[in-house]
Amino acid sequence: MSQRPRTMYEKIWDAHVVERRPDGTCLIYIDRHLVHEVTSPQAFEGLRVAGRRVRRPDLVLAVADHNLPTTPRLNANGGPIVIADAESAEQLAALEANVDEFGIRYFESTAPEQGIVHVVGPEQGFTLPGTTVVCGDSHTASHGALGALAFGIGTSEVEHVLATQTLQLKQSKTLEIRVDGKLGCGVSPKDLILAIIGRIGAAGGNGHVIEYRGSTFETMSIEGRLTVANMSIEAGARSGLFAPDEKTFAYLKGRPLAPQAEDWDRAVERWRSLASDEGAEFDCSVMLDASDIAPTVTWGTSPEDVAPITGQVPDPESFSDHSKREAVQSSLEYMGLEAGQRLEDVEIEHIFIGSCTNSRIEDLRAAAHVLRGRKRSDRIKQALVVPGSGLVKRQAEAEGLDRIFIEAGLEWREPGCSMCLAMNPDKVPAGERCASTSNRNFRGRQGPGARTHLMSPAMAAAAAVTGKLTDVRELVKDDLGEMAA
Amino acid sequence: MTPFTRIEGRAYPLGLSNVDTDLIIPAAHLKVVRRAGLGRYAFGTLRRQPGNIFDDPQFAGAPILIAGANFGCGSSREHAAWALADLGVRAVIAPSFSDIFSGNAFKNGIAAVVLEESAVQRLLEAAKLGDTLSVDLEEMQVVTNSGDCFGFDMDPFRRECLLGGLDEIGLTLASEAAITSYELRTGI
Repeated sequence: MSQRPRTMYEKIWDAHVVERRPDGTCLIYIDRHLVHEVTSPQAFEGLRVAGRRVRRPDLVLAVADHNLPTTPRLNANGGPIVIADAESAEQLAALEANVDEFGIRYFESTAPEQGIVHVVGPEQGFTLPGTTVVCGDSHTASHGALGALAFGIGTSEVEHVLATQTLQLKQSKTLEIRVDGKLGCGVSPKDLILAIIGRIGAAGGNGHVIEYRGSTFETMSIEGRLTVANMSIEAGARSGLFAPDEKTFAYLKGRPLAPQAEDWDRAVERWRSLASDEGAEFDCSVMLDASDIAPTVTWGTSPEDVAPITGQVPDPESFSDHSKREAVQSSLEYMGLEAGQRLEDVEIEHIFIGSCTNSRIEDLRAAAHVLRGRKRSDRIKQALVVPGSGLVKRQAEAEGLDRIFIEAGLEWREPGCSMCLAMNPDKVPAGERCASTSNRNFRGRQGPGARTHLMSPAMAAAAAVTGKLTDVRELVKDDLGEMAA
Repeated sequence: MTPFTRIEGRAYPLGLSNVDTDLIIPAAHLKVVRRAGLGRYAFGTLRRQPGNIFDDPQFAGAPILIAGANFGCGSSREHAAWALADLGVRAVIAPSFSDIFSGNAFKNGIAAVVLEESAVQRLLEAAKLGDTLSVDLEEMQVVTNSGDCFGFDMDPFRRECLLGGLDEIGLTLASEAAITSYELRTGI
């Protein structure tokens, strides 16, 4: 092992090298594999065709999330309701048959543990610091919040991991994103990550693993870190890492799949050594000041198209890069926006609070805080609140958050990916506009022709009240002190 | 996998930057349990626009696609690569690619060829005129029928896999002993 100071990424990488090839490609061991219904059927089929087994079923956890409708899953007699969409039902049936055939741990769609795969992994303690975590889903980056090297893979790689518990990989470069200072009142981790993506661009992290460093991230809750790490991929980085600390250990302790008793103490000792060494070098560094960040929304069709809520829709002519100028022009046409239009004048018809980015208990609390005692605007046609897992749902109900949402005129749903990606019945109709806490504002992401504005849960809640993009700080002026706490 | 040595034909002059995988294949078409047959849904959002290149007969069956920077960003869905392959595309030329997409492309026999922005612009112009291009993996160059020639680099391991049409799982399983020894050493 080299004596020079190493980054956290290098430490995890080095600890997982099974074999190094002369060209630098490494065979990397994978400790944890999350599987869902959409990107796995072809992988299992590949195994069957080649007569291969799953090498370590004990390191795999499966759950369905993308396809599941978020309407009730049990009928009046407590029996399961069959999914109406035949293709979705077939994909779910394929997953259930595959986990059965290959002996993989699975949370059924009616189990309390079911939820979005990236909410379930950390919640169950399946995700642990210093592990390598993969899933056939690009938002696997989320798990880096706990100090795991976690990244999304394609279905061929899912099959490769099932068969070999390894991947053939080239080491990435490292990108330090350092943010110091305190986020202002009404400014959340979501606003920060949107601002970061705006700063470095949707391709800014390509070929890199991000490490989030600085006092802003140190004081951030684990759920806030999950939101930030989740969107690393929107900046092009396959993974985003946070050094594990006391917050991480407190979050994981006692989780069902986390180490227990003496194993726990030994694990914590090991995890303490994961942080980047003093003097470790990064290939690039970007610095931001937390106090510069305002509540942030997207106006275009790439997550890099961000602006503070107090700002305006930009003029395509203001971009120096030719292809970006064309892209912005075409984005504004798709989004139905005019250059120079004030963002706070943009009217909204749909609200989506949920997704692997923002469906955890703290997200729901932030939204509920804004909605308590308020009503949704008449302009809003549909407003969904979709908890990230059955356990989040129970917790929220125990805290009475569901009542707040329902009384404000929002719908309280069953856990799943919901309106983030238009694979289940929750969609935004063509030409209509959604204030969404999800992660992608791509064309057609929330439904063909749908227009997406990404923002934080508090900002989406504020938009629900006013029916347009709104600076949450203005709406809740009187209770801002409470929000900061 | 079909080995990739040299392909020749017309190219879709897409040109857009930040082409995301939702644009390549919308999520509504991910509800499949097989790999085949996704080509007809490729670029569905763009295909709703009249006069789009994907429904232009002069480009029908083109084996090459030319795009702007950061092609394939977003979701890890390999359906994007399957849809392109099913459409008949064997090479995508762009100034840069998302990491996950380029991996998925290679695993499906599609070459993700990185060229300088200026070269991509030249090829885009040629493709719009309906010129024929060739992508040669042995010579590592893209050539137009008017004689322009652009060399490119590629990761040697990926190039070897593409040229040989190799099954990566088979290659890795040859390291079975090393994997077992890693598991014993780390106690996982």
